[in-house]
Amino acid sequence: MNWTTICAFEALPPERGVCALVEGAQVAIFRTYEDEVYALGNLDPFSGAYVLSRGIVGTRLGEPTVASPLHKQVFSLATGRCLDDASVSVPRYAVRVGVGGHVEVSLEQRVEVGV
Amino acid sequence: MTRIVVVGYGPTAHRLVETLASKGFDGTVTVIGEEPRPAYDRVALTSYLSGTTVEDLTYEVPAGVVTRLNTRVTGIDRRAGRVELAGGGSEPYDVLVLATGSAPFVPPVPGAEHAHVYRTIEDLDAIRTAAKDAVEGVVVGGGLLGLEAADALRALGLKTHIVEMSPWLMPRQVDEGGGAVLKSHIEGLGLGVHAGAGVREIVADGDGRVRGLRTPDGTVLDAQVVVFSAGIRPRDELARSCGLEVGPRGGVVVDAGMLTSDPAIYAVGECALAGGMVYGLVGPCNTMAEVAADRITGGSSAFEGADLSTKLKLLGVEVAQFGAMEGALDVTYMDPVAGVYKKLFISDDARTLLGGICVGDASPYTSLRPFVGRELPASPSDLLFSGAGAQLDLPDEAQVCSCNNVCAGDIRTAVADQGATDVPGLKACTRAGTSCGSCVPMLKQLLEKSGVEVSKALCEHFTYSRAELFDIVRVRGITTFSELISRHGHGRGCDICKPAVASILASLHNGHVLEGERAALQDTNDAFLANIQKNGTYSVVPRIPGGEITPDKLIVIGEVARDFGLYTKITGGQRIDLFGARVDQLPAIWQRLVEAGFESGHAYGKALRTVKSCVGSTWCRYGVQDSVGMAIALELRYRGLRSPHKLKSAVSGCARECAEARSKDFGIIATDQGWNLYVGGNGGFKPRHADLLAHDLTTDELIRTIDRFLMFYIRTADRLQRTAAWLESLDGGLDYLREVIMEDSLGICADLDAQMDYHIATYADEWAATLDDPEKLSRFVSFVNAPGVPDPSIVFASERGQIKPVMAR
Repeated sequence: MNWTTICAFEALPPERGVCALVEGAQVAIFRTYEDEVYALGNLDPFSGAYVLSRGIVGTRLGEPTVASPLHKQVFSLATGRCLDDASVSVPRYAVRVGVGGHVEVSLEQRVEVGV
Repeated sequence: MTRIVVVGYGPTAHRLVETLASKGFDGTVTVIGEEPRPAYDRVALTSYLSGTTVEDLTYEVPAGVVTRLNTRVTGIDRRAGRVELAGGGSEPYDVLVLATGSAPFVPPVPGAEHAHVYRTIEDLDAIRTAAKDAVEGVVVGGGLLGLEAADALRALGLKTHIVEMSPWLMPRQVDEGGGAVLKSHIEGLGLGVHAGAGVREIVADGDGRVRGLRTPDGTVLDAQVVVFSAGIRPRDELARSCGLEVGPRGGVVVDAGMLTSDPAIYAVGECALAGGMVYGLVGPCNTMAEVAADRITGGSSAFEGADLSTKLKLLGVEVAQFGAMEGALDVTYMDPVAGVYKKLFISDDARTLLGGICVGDASPYTSLRPFVGRELPASPSDLLFSGAGAQLDLPDEAQVCSCNNVCAGDIRTAVADQGATDVPGLKACTRAGTSCGSCVPMLKQLLEKSGVEVSKALCEHFTYSRAELFDIVRVRGITTFSELISRHGHGRGCDICKPAVASILASLHNGHVLEGERAALQDTNDAFLANIQKNGTYSVVPRIPGGEITPDKLIVIGEVARDFGLYTKITGGQRIDLFGARVDQLPAIWQRLVEAGFESGHAYGKALRTVKSCVGSTWCRYGVQDSVGMAIALELRYRGLRSPHKLKSAVSGCARECAEARSKDFGIIATDQGWNLYVGGNGGFKPRHADLLAHDLTTDELIRTIDRFLMFYIRTADRLQRTAAWLESLDGGLDYLREVIMEDSLGICADLDAQMDYHIATYADEWAATLDDPEKLSRFVSFVNAPGVPDPSIVFASERGQIKPVMAR
């Protein structure tokens, strides 16, 4: 598996997202209150703008979420599925905190969610 | 096709044609009125003197109704079925409705021709003109209308006397004890009350200028304006001259269907004598109009007299009367210190409520009026002393709204079958509360008792409303979202509660919106201190207070836009918006702007945006005050103030209103005496004109009143509720708002003032503070792992010499 090192875990602000450029793809990386890390595609499928990393991170019925900053559709950080429109989802990427406390993303482990 | 002609165009005629329209009447309707405008709200007439416009007061003419304004009817030709018009011409009818109203009664005393009356817009214009050179005024008549006229004279700045024939004021509504309490209230305001007095003569000089009023004992009250408001006389002269039956003391005789002695002619409103009575209140007159409209369209409803209960607030004192004004037994509560007098009349077996009188506290009116004629729901003393009335269950047939004849059962039906869940919904379904509004508190109680549970919960994370959360944060001194949600909420928040709490924390504690944990609560606009656009870029709006800017600063904005390749557009708020900045460009753009003396304009925040202005008295030949100076002062005072929604303001330098202040959350219009303050306006999806809160304020008064208005709004509004909707949902509306922020009825004004003073003292520019903080600055990159790389997805094309976004698809 090909992991790309992004940044130090401490560079991820709690309960916010950042965007990373990984082999030309924009990946939104989120850190939750519990210090879990998730990675989704940065493209907001509703607006066509690369902005999901700038959404508000929260929870819906316990599930970690991010809301698009443009029109507020909410996506599950765990699955990439849009919780307001079940027919829409964004790609989810494998992400881990590796040796030395660095955040790493793998584009190979892109997880497509069934429609 | 039936041709209906209505003679007279007052509120009753309006209700008639409106009811005809709502019943789908398919004939023609022609309304002939002698005034130059359609019907207007006479109940609110006095507000005209304090700035409400004729347009605000005027009712909309229903579609399809033909109006002939400025037109006098001189005769009725019953045989030919037509009315004759002044200046020739006539109008044929199949059905004629007389809605000619009444005329103020002017006693035949010497000099009476120099006095004013108080009924039409023109009457008020004349009084206002006369008051300009006057110091003192006298109102003859201490009834409901007389006190209203006295309030108007007082508002025009006159030392005002009230002369009333009866031994006490408002003899139709209150007894002697209530009259005494009322008198002390009114005298406390500096008005002279002369009860048990009459008029012998209006004293005028040779040029017809009024000098005073002589009472029968020879006393002369100095006055330059005299207003007669001593009752009304039905305008029945047309009916008389065409031979219709009229009463011995005036009024066109009608049956229960409002039909006169001619089967083709109806009479409604104050000109009609129904069951031997002439009615001068809006409620019964509306009912008559509805009955006539129903009969004309084939119905069989009947007018069976009316409830003359009254609740009003005159000269700042509540007066109410319901049911009978006598009974075998009565129970009185009197508190001369607080100025409260309440009395209930009950049957000899002490079981049935017959009526009541209230002065200084009208709450029994709301709770007990529906029980008139019914068994007392509790002991009289409990009802008067403990306010137990508020918890009573109303029977279905108890009338709730007397203006529109709506019963408790109608309200319950609207809730159960028509899905009404709030007061506006009830108003739409039943019309209850749409005239005088005195029953609105009762509507709320009925809603609550009907089990309508309108969830106030902000979102799944908090069961509280925004206002409740605000109080929790304020009272418990909470400073972080984590503390609030762990103690008073569930989960970790969402895009609804996080910005709302961020706004509350900012309103109460100020401090930087990106400080520590707070950064994670902000919507993207607040998080990047700029406005996100469709392609993920941001726009930047520097503050230009009042819309005033030097050429040098204009040049800087132009240079910044040119150097960063930004699209520029002038905003509606008299500023300049710079579009197309990537997040990594924002700090460099701010740096240039801040160095040139600009600061954040908070265009991105739920906060004060701009205070627009016209050019004002400095340049404008019409201006009466320096609107630009005031707008700048206000914008600098309230800049950065976070609120439940955006706040907009404007200042106009004269009544021409070029700054469009009445479309703002708070708008200021200069007068030659000071400033008029309007609140609760907005443009947008549902435009609303702002309401006049106070007039002719000094600069200090203006600023303190706005301070309190804003802070009270910030404390109590719902999330994303603009001032317009907030004001409409406020229990007691504008009057209540005035009581709270101008009379300090809740005792919170010192608190509100302190809160605003704190905000002003701790304000700091968010852009400059961000530039000074490497930690915050580190967030302004497109890619965390490639800080120097611009976002390749952002692409522009060119249009009219500037950039425009190109979306990938």
